[in-house]
Amino acid sequence: MNFIYIMTTKNLVFILFILPFISISQEHISGIIMEANEKNERISLAGANVYWLHTTIGTVTDLDGTFTLSYSKENTKLVISYVGYKTDTLTISKPKQVRHWLQPTDNLNSVTVTSRKQATAKSYLQATNTFTVSSDELLKAACCNLSESFETNPSIDVNFADAVTGTRQIKMLGLTSPYILIATENIPSIRGASQAFGLSFIPGTWVESIQITKGAGSAVNGYESIAGQINAELVKPSTDDKLFINLYAASSERVELNTHINTKVSDKWHTGLYLHGNTHQNVHDVNNDGFLDMPQYDQINIMNRWQYTNAEKGFVSFINLKFLNDEKQTGQIGFNPKTDKLTTNAWGSEIDTRRYEISAKLGYVNPEIPWQSVGVQSAFSSHKQASYFGLKQYDIMHNSLYSTIIYNSIISDSRHRIKTGVSYTYDHYDELVNTTDYERTETSVGAFFEYNYDNLDKLNVTAGVRVDHHNLLGTFVTPRIHARYTPWEKSALRASVGRGKRSANIFAENQSMFSTSRTINILNTTGTIYGLDPEIAWNYGVSYLQGFNLFGRKADVTVDFYKTDFKNQVVVDYENPQEVNFYNLNGSSFANSFQTEVNYNVFNQVDLRLAYKFYEVKTQYASGKLEKPLTPKHRLFANASYETHVRENATGHWKFDATFNWLGEQRFSSTATSPVAYQLPDKTPKLATLNVQITKVFSSKFEVYLGGENVTNVRQSNPILAADDPFGSNFDTTFVYGPIFGSMYYAGLRYRIK
Amino acid sequence: MKKLIIVLTVLISTVTFAQNKNEKASLEVDGVCLMCKSRIEKACLNTKGVKSAIWDVKSHELKLIYDGRKTNLKTIQKSVVAVGHDTKGLEATDEAYATVHPCCQYRDDAVKDDHKD
Repeated sequence: MNFIYIMTTKNLVFILFILPFISISQEHISGIIMEANEKNERISLAGANVYWLHTTIGTVTDLDGTFTLSYSKENTKLVISYVGYKTDTLTISKPKQVRHWLQPTDNLNSVTVTSRKQATAKSYLQATNTFTVSSDELLKAACCNLSESFETNPSIDVNFADAVTGTRQIKMLGLTSPYILIATENIPSIRGASQAFGLSFIPGTWVESIQITKGAGSAVNGYESIAGQINAELVKPSTDDKLFINLYAASSERVELNTHINTKVSDKWHTGLYLHGNTHQNVHDVNNDGFLDMPQYDQINIMNRWQYTNAEKGFVSFINLKFLNDEKQTGQIGFNPKTDKLTTNAWGSEIDTRRYEISAKLGYVNPEIPWQSVGVQSAFSSHKQASYFGLKQYDIMHNSLYSTIIYNSIISDSRHRIKTGVSYTYDHYDELVNTTDYERTETSVGAFFEYNYDNLDKLNVTAGVRVDHHNLLGTFVTPRIHARYTPWEKSALRASVGRGKRSANIFAENQSMFSTSRTINILNTTGTIYGLDPEIAWNYGVSYLQGFNLFGRKADVTVDFYKTDFKNQVVVDYENPQEVNFYNLNGSSFANSFQTEVNYNVFNQVDLRLAYKFYEVKTQYASGKLEKPLTPKHRLFANASYETHVRENATGHWKFDATFNWLGEQRFSSTATSPVAYQLPDKTPKLATLNVQITKVFSSKFEVYLGGENVTNVRQSNPILAADDPFGSNFDTTFVYGPIFGSMYYAGLRYRIK
Repeated sequence: MKKLIIVLTVLISTVTFAQNKNEKASLEVDGVCLMCKSRIEKACLNTKGVKSAIWDVKSHELKLIYDGRKTNLKTIQKSVVAVGHDTKGLEATDEAYATVHPCCQYRDDAVKDDHKD
């Protein structure tokens, strides 16, 4: 007689045949172990463990999956286990023939995950205050490029740099992007000549995820970071969609097209071709000041990636080739570059950029000893910008080489990890500012060592140090220390200290000053970089993250405070409306940043993020200790997102997103000495903007989105000072605190074949 | 030539040392959740000579790399058992088992079912 037991748990079906009375012997049980598979193929498992629970009586199955085991009445629970399969325990009451099917553990992955992955994840474990922005978060705003992808993130502020170039500038801890180390795949990429426009040269669809580290950051990636580090991880040929098409069009008649094509070349090689093009040729002047509200532009951006993976030997490699051509034209509406370039016929500007980049990475993980790995990365870029702004001319050519070797290992056991290596950078700058040539070469050789201690419980400490020898900055030590302590469940208390040092590229970083009639003065002559000294700052930070459940729903709250204290800074002084002065800091300069953020999963599919920020950024200018211009003291941020349930057989689902930003008053740099007509108040008005987006996901292949930026149509009415007299002495486009163009609507689609 | 022989001998001996310096083993350990994982791995790493210990929640496999000159599998197994986790062939005493967090009581079928998802 046969008994069939069908045990159904939530996800698994075990079929258990028990064949009693066919037992061979009274003292033994025997049987066969097989793999449970969909096709019901008979695959017997050799080497599976079969033993009586809480005993040492056990055996392993033979080549054909059979076993024999002694039996006694005291033992009733038979455990069957095999690596890669789910362990089962059978209740055996009589000696009998056992036939059992083990469930492979991969099949368990098909279990429906009920808790949704968060689009922005904060780590409770890492020592650094890092959060990862996944591609889901990036899709919340139809970000066309990296500079727009921070709009749903309260830790990073996005501002307009000036009223003519349409460039967005990012800030962290109240400090502008030159103080942030911006890397793509851990290779510093937005620096030097690409500082002003570089973020708009990385298309949003190329970005897989972004890691944002507040505070000093790791010593491994260099000495330049002061306020924080941003790393953009790009899509990989082996994991990205076979074909991806993204088309975007905005009411301003901006059109963008992104195409990704990924193919598998061989077992070990994958390649991807990524094409991006954007264009905007329409003329907009909603504020009737005679100037274009946004430039006319064309951009072509091409990347080719090759990925090599050999898991057996432990090698991974990436080779990337990039090409960019970007052309912008802006200025007065009637400006014609052919006849008016560098004349007073009309004020106009053209910025043409061409950039080539080649980078390669090779990683080796010892397959025998998984904690040992070596990484080599090298990148070369050539960046050329030719531009003029009215009568002012600015050209820059920047060739850059970056190489580093990193070795990872452990000391005694895996709680003590080390990273060590050497790096080399070479930068050659050739600049033409009006009629003056500036040329310099910077080289640096450095070695770094980072130690991480993780007690697997409450404490995680990372202490890193690097020593660099730089031809212009000298030989210096850069320490960086981070610690995380977990006083109780779901919490993380962090602290960090670090030093940063950099050479300020005063022209490339402050290009908006060319779109003014200000004279540019460098007041020091003894330093090594444009006569100025290198910038040195210490950054100290503490943060506290607490996760909790409120009415049965996940929530977390973060409070953080950071202080950046400049030992030397290249002060950019706009306090005289006819001049821009650059000089070494004489006195104190600091940036205090306090932020509190709450994330709450309000209802089943609704997430809410609220943040408040307080900044105190003050510098000792020649005219006194003043707040940094155009930096709001108070800022509020809110983001709400709602996603309908993903149902099977339904025609897709919806996603709704809204982001609200409120900025407090911001200080205008002084215009007291200007004629009354060109004087500005001390402070800007308060400002609130709202962005919304709706996405309809039809299937995993196709989705359409529709959105509005600045839907309440908030505008700064007179962003250009002396717009009627652009060649007069009061022309200035840098007093920008809010949107210049009113509300803008856009629509787009995404199509993918996996 | 003499130098070469010395170098070679040193090299060979380091290679031989390297083999038992990084001895690998795999052990079946019972447990149910990530808290168990942390407890099991910590127990191993607190044992002198253990360099790496990774326990898989689903397969119950504990992958070990240890210095064969300083410790052996039996010692590591004892450390795991001492924090209350049954291993294949050696099970935890009831006292040790009682010290694990109530949600980790892997011997209890109800607790096991709770962790099935």
